Order: sequence, then C-alpha cells, then structure tokens
Amino acid sequence: MSSPIVKLVAQRIALGILLLLAVSVLIFAGTQILPGDVAQAILGQSATPESLANLREQLGLNQPAYIRYFHWLGGVLTGDLGTAMSSGQDIATSIKERLWNTLFLAFWAAIVAIPLAITLGLIAVRYRNGWVDKLISGVALASTSFPEFFIGYLLVFYFAVQHQWFPAISTVYDGMPLGERLQAIALPAAALTLVVLAHMMRMTRAAILNVMQSAYVETAELKGLSAAAVIRKHAFPNAIAPIINVVMLNLAYLVVGVVVVEVIFVYPGMGQYLVDHVTKRDVPVVQAVGLIFAAVYITLNIIADIAAIVANPRLRHPK
Amino acid sequence: MSNELDYLSRRVAAGKLSRRDFLGRAAALGVTATFANSLLSSAVRAAGPVKGGTLKAGLVGGESTNSLDPALFMTQVPFAFGKMWGELIVELSPDGKLENRIAEEIGSSDDAKVWTLKIRDGIEFHNGKTVTAEDVAATLERHSDEKSKSGALGYMKGIDTIKVNGKEVVLTLKEPNADLPYLLSDYHLIVQPNGGKDKADAGIGAGPYKVKVNEPGVRHGGERFANYWQGDKMGHADQIEIIVINDATARTAALQGGQVNMINRVEPKIVDLIKRVPGVTIRNHSGPGHYVFIMHCNTAPFDNNDLRMALKLAIDREEMLKKVLRGYGSLGNDFPINASYPLFTEIEQRKYDPDKAKFHYKKSGHDGPVLLRTSDVAFPGAVDASQLFQQSAAKAGIKIELKREPGDGYWNEVWNKQPFCASYWGGRSTQDQMYSTAYLSTADWNDTRFKRPDFDKMVLAARAELDEAKRKAIYHDMAVMVRDEGGLILPMFNQFIDATGPKVAGWVEDPHQELCNGYALAKCWLEA
Repeated sequence: MSSPIVKLVAQRIALGILLLLAVSVLIFAGTQILPGDVAQAILGQSATPESLANLREQLGLNQPAYIRYFHWLGGVLTGDLGTAMSSGQDIATSIKERLWNTLFLAFWAAIVAIPLAITLGLIAVRYRNGWVDKLISGVALASTSFPEFFIGYLLVFYFAVQHQWFPAISTVYDGMPLGERLQAIALPAAALTLVVLAHMMRMTRAAILNVMQSAYVETAELKGLSAAAVIRKHAFPNAIAPIINVVMLNLAYLVVGVVVVEVIFVYPGMGQYLVDHVTKRDVPVVQAVGLIFAAVYITLNIIADIAAIVANPRLRHPK
Repeated sequence: MSNELDYLSRRVAAGKLSRRDFLGRAAALGVTATFANSLLSSAVRAAGPVKGGTLKAGLVGGESTNSLDPALFMTQVPFAFGKMWGELIVELSPDGKLENRIAEEIGSSDDAKVWTLKIRDGIEFHNGKTVTAEDVAATLERHSDEKSKSGALGYMKGIDTIKVNGKEVVLTLKEPNADLPYLLSDYHLIVQPNGGKDKADAGIGAGPYKVKVNEPGVRHGGERFANYWQGDKMGHADQIEIIVINDATARTAALQGGQVNMINRVEPKIVDLIKRVPGVTIRNHSGPGHYVFIMHCNTAPFDNNDLRMALKLAIDREEMLKKVLRGYGSLGNDFPINASYPLFTEIEQRKYDPDKAKFHYKKSGHDGPVLLRTSDVAFPGAVDASQLFQQSAAKAGIKIELKREPGDGYWNEVWNKQPFCASYWGGRSTQDQMYSTAYLSTADWNDTRFKRPDFDKMVLAARAELDEAKRKAIYHDMAVMVRDEGGLILPMFNQFIDATGPKVAGWVEDPHQELCNGYALAKCWLEA
C-alpha cells in the first residue's frame, strides 16, 4: 500500500516547490515592472544624478535582472531576506515576530472556527430542511456576507466600548502572559471566526448530504442505525476529503487575508507590516512577504491534497 | 461667593468632593460651567501632580518603518515619543515664548550672526553621562551633515561653523538670522551623547522617560528617568506608553474602552458625539496648521495671476469651515500665517465673491475646465472640500474638473509635482521658518513654485532684522504679496483636536503642536 502513496505525496511536494519557484519569478518580475527604481524611492526628493548612480551601484541595480533574481533567490534559500530600505532593519528578524503573531491569531481562530463549523454542519445535516438547519445556515451566511470591518466594529462596540469585557485594541508584545494575550485577541479571533464559518459549514453540509444519497447510507438506515450514527460512521468519513479542502483554504485565508481585521484591531501581524511597506515602496519587504504568503498558501494546499489522498481509498489505490 | 467656590474646588482637588457635585454647586452659585471648569483645573494643578501609574496614548502616525534616529522623525508617533526620551536645546513654551532647556542662556552678536549657547550644568543622559557642550555641538554637526538625512537639514545648512568653548557652543551663521533660537527648537534636534554619531538610533537622551519598549508601528514604552533634571515639572507617571492606532474608529474605541488615556486627531465630524461620552474631554486648540489648494505659479494656466485671483475669489471659505471642519478651525486668507505666529499682523479677510471672480476669470482669457487633483490623504475631508470648491466656482462660471488620486503615492506623485492639487501644511514655529520652507525660490518644498527674487530679498532682510517693529512691517508686506500674487489658496486653518479619558489632569494648551506640543504624556497625570 505504501509505495503509491509515497510516490503521490512526493509528486505533490515536488509540484508545490516548482509552483513556489514560479511564484517567486512572478513576484520578482512584478516588482521590477513597477515604475521608478529602489534607488529613486530611497533618495526621494533629495535625489541628484550622482547620488542615484552611486546608490544604484551600491545596491547592485546595474546588473541584469536575472542575475539579481538568482542573487535574491539564493539569499531567500539561506534565510537572508535582505534589509528593509525604509528602516534599514533586517527583514527576517522583523518578519519573524509579525509572522508568529499572525499564526497565533490564525491558530486560535481556527481552533474555534473549524470544530464549530463542522459540528454546525453535522447538526444541519441531522436536522436537514428543518428550522434548525435554516437557522444555522441563515446566521452563518449573514455573518459571512457582512464585510469584516463591519463585524469588527460591531464586536468592538458591544464588547469593548459598551461592556468593556475585552480590549478594543489587540496590541500584543513579547513576554505578554498567555491569558492576557488570549484576552487581547478574543475580538479579532471572533471576527475571523464569523467570517470563515459559513464557508466551511456549508461545505460540510453539502458534502455529507451528497454522500447521504448513496446506497450504502440507505442500507445503514435500513439496518436500523440512528440518524446521528449514520452520519458519524458512514457519511462523514466518506465526505472528509472536500471538507479538508475547504478547511485548508480557509486556514490559508486566516493567515494571508486578515489585513483588514489586523488594521481594525491594531494587531501587529503580517498584514499591517505589508501595508506599511507597500506605502513606502519598500520593494524588498514586499517581495519577502509576498513569497511567505505564497508559501503558506501552497503548503496548506499540498497538505489538503495529501490529506484527501490519504483519506480516499480510490485515490490511495489508483487502478 | 468666590471664596466658597475656591474652597469647593480645593475639596475636589483633594478628592473629597466629586467633580459632578462641584459643577452642580457652582451652577447653584450662578457660575457658568466653563468658568467653573477652569477654576477646577487650576485648583487641580495647584494641588500638584499625582505621581505614579501608567499613562497611555493611542496615536495615529506610526509605521513599522519608524526609527529612533531623531534625524528621521517625520510623523506624529516618533515626534511624540521623541519628546518623551529626548531633551532639546531650547523649546517653545505654551505661551509662544522661548524656554531654555539644555541651553541655560542664548545670546547673539549685534548682527545676529554669531550665537552663543551656554550649556546648563547637571543634566544627565539616560546612560549616566553628563550632557556637555561637546554633545550639543556634535548633535548640531550631525544634523548639518547631508548624510544624516535630517528633517532639520534645511535650517542647519545655514550654520557655517560650530565651535566648543568650555561650557559654551558658539555658532557662526552664513547669513544673519534673528530667529536662530526658534530654529533650534525643532523636534529633530534632540541632544544625544556625542550627537548620536556612534549610534543614531540608540534612543538615549536626557528626557523624562527612558526608552523601554521600541516596537515601531506597534508600541513604544518609557520608564521614568529618576535623574531627570526637571522631575518636579514633568514625568509624573511611572510608565508611559504610546500605542500606534492609525484607524480613527479604533482609536476612539480604545479611548472609550479605557485602553488608552488620550488620543490625537479626533475627526471633526465625530467630535460632537465623543463629547457626550462620560469622562471624555475634547482638547481642541488652534495652531499654525492649514489646509490648502496649491497652484504652480510657473505652469500654464496658473502662470496667469488673474486666473489665480479668480480661483482665490471663487472659494467659499465660510461654508468650507462649517462643513468640512465643523467649525473646528478658523478662516484662511491665502497666506500661511495666522495669530499663532509671533509678529502676525491682520490683513483684510478675502471673501467669496463670484462676480469679481468672474471678472478676473474673463480677464485671464482662460477657457475650458481647470484640473484639480485631490485625495483623502491630502487632508481629512479634502475630497468633500474639493467638491465644495467645484460648486462655488461653478457659480462664478469657472469649471473645475476633479481628479481623485489614490492616497498611496499622493505625496510622491502628485504633491509638489502636479500644477494644482489639494494639500496641507502643519505650520512652523516662526514666519521665517514657514516662508523659508515653502516660499523661497530655492526651497525644495516650494509647492506653489512662487519664485520671486524680490520676495527672497524680503525674507533675508526680515531674518537679519533685530528691530521687531521693522520685522513686523516686512512680514506684513510679504504676506500681502503671497496673498495677492502667490499660488496659494488657503481656505482654512485647522485645529488640533485631541481627547483625554477620565481622570487625566495637567493638560496644558499649547498652540504649537498637538498633544501639548508632544509633551502630554510627560505633563499629565492620573488623578487618584
């Protein structure tokens, strides 16, 4: 059994790496096409032709693009993301903490959102087409349809301003006790949960309902299993692949798509960091962040793929 | 009656009577609430500051790209944090005068060309070293060096030599300048050990708070410096913290939720709502900041003074002040100076006059629409203001075409590049600084391309003039020239609108910059 799986998994990973390389080329090319160059951006108003030429020389901007690309790629592979031109700080060090913050928030949002979404999906299937199902779907859809900033501001208004249960701003810092940290991120995590909930919940419901039409579920029902047992033992395991897929997509969103929520709650994560540097035309940082976001997306998708393969006997034993 | 009020206010200050009760009794005695409040705050100040606790400010204007190097300060957060850990040579006091800080005495030669700064004894840096004349000289040297990219470089270029003579620093200027002490109050010129030449962003100064936390774009924290030289006047809280909150709604929510004690930049449109929140006090004060529409005097069609005059007459300042600033500001008069500057003189207010505008427009011979570029980042409400301008100009038969530019890149691509756009100025501390920064022919930031050799001569003449009455007369003539011939349309001066939460005392109104000229965290304290 093991060899085809290992082969499939290896294939996926190799494909992922190739994809990441392609993305890195795109990112690099994209930032090269942008008007003006880094030297111009650094010097700004005080640029004179001589200082521009000097700085270009110093930054190696006179070399052809492909050489600079390989130079950059080599740096990335050895963990050297370069230095930010706006502040002169090492990018890898400043990103590390931001990335950790973003992952921390995404982790806790996921811990709440994923089980909640799947449970709600299962309950919706169990009471399908009844009022429970409609209520769950309705609320989840409504919370997804509202823009994130609206949900964020609503949460702030009720829980921070009116009742002061949670802080309105989620500033976290090194050495903050876990309890305080969790309290600080409660509201942004809740906002994110509400945003991703419906997608996962609806997908769970649809996938299981799909399976529920099949003959073996009917058999299970006929042999006298309760509705809950049918879902748990027969329908859910067979519907797991699409659910994992949608869960992974939403996880990726939690990491790379939280810019708005980070801004509203003043959370020091990657999104805020990226926005600050985009406005300063800080190309090295934008490249690094773009690459990290791409890596997160691709990795999570590979994991989804592999999990789907492992969970599905038909993919596990291809003919 | 006033004896009773005095007594009551002292009881409040001592914590024996609540503020609300006090105001109630004061009303019963027939005193207006404003007067009662001012009486109360003076009593609180007289009772003396309360030491201890943590004061927090939630401020807009910080990015993850900020540095602790004072030369690179540009936005509000580094400005305010710099005032916490740094000490200046001289500072502007809230009443508009000069207050000597690290310099104990500042004197000049009769021609205002040679200046002597006597350095005060016994001021200590956070690293334990004493502030010496050498440190001050090195600081000034570093900021005069092109390489430092200092925000103060523009003025520092005017210094020819910097010499140390015992406890004195002697500055020789290239051109006489009667305003030099004002220039030295620039917030970039924080005195650092050896001028910051060893490590510019070390964050070591002689201010009331030591840098404890420095996370650019997130938060900055300070711990009271025990050996601060004016510990009785500033640095009351044990800890101070600045949290960067660039989102206006989040900032207000943080104040209401009690996470911060003060915020800056309250939007005029929500001031009336915030006022009603219990415990919150709005702190608004007029200053030199102003909102502008700028035309390049050397670019067609704006190279025609009749067209410029037509546009100046076609703007309805009063309506704009009412609708965009909700009254939190004052009328502009097309020159960048108002009563917050020393040596200001009143000039007849220009009014909205569609007929006269029509006349000048016809005389200019211009035909077709005029393109005005605008953006939300130009100033708060800039897009609305531009639309109001468009409508009032239409009534004078002038067609303004609006182009909304993206906020991202506005300051690089539009301002100081395009011939007609919306913008703002934070103002400067003296008229000379303001005119030198933006109206001299040679100024980098001459964003109206106002290039007039006769005007430049007047700037230099006023700078060298030590007789106040004569200077005032020159500044008056300069203002008239900018107003009637320049490319500046200045509809309004804005106010700083800060807000404080419950129990914040010690606030000092300061016309120079927001947050008591940046010192709010050091000057305020939390009432017990």
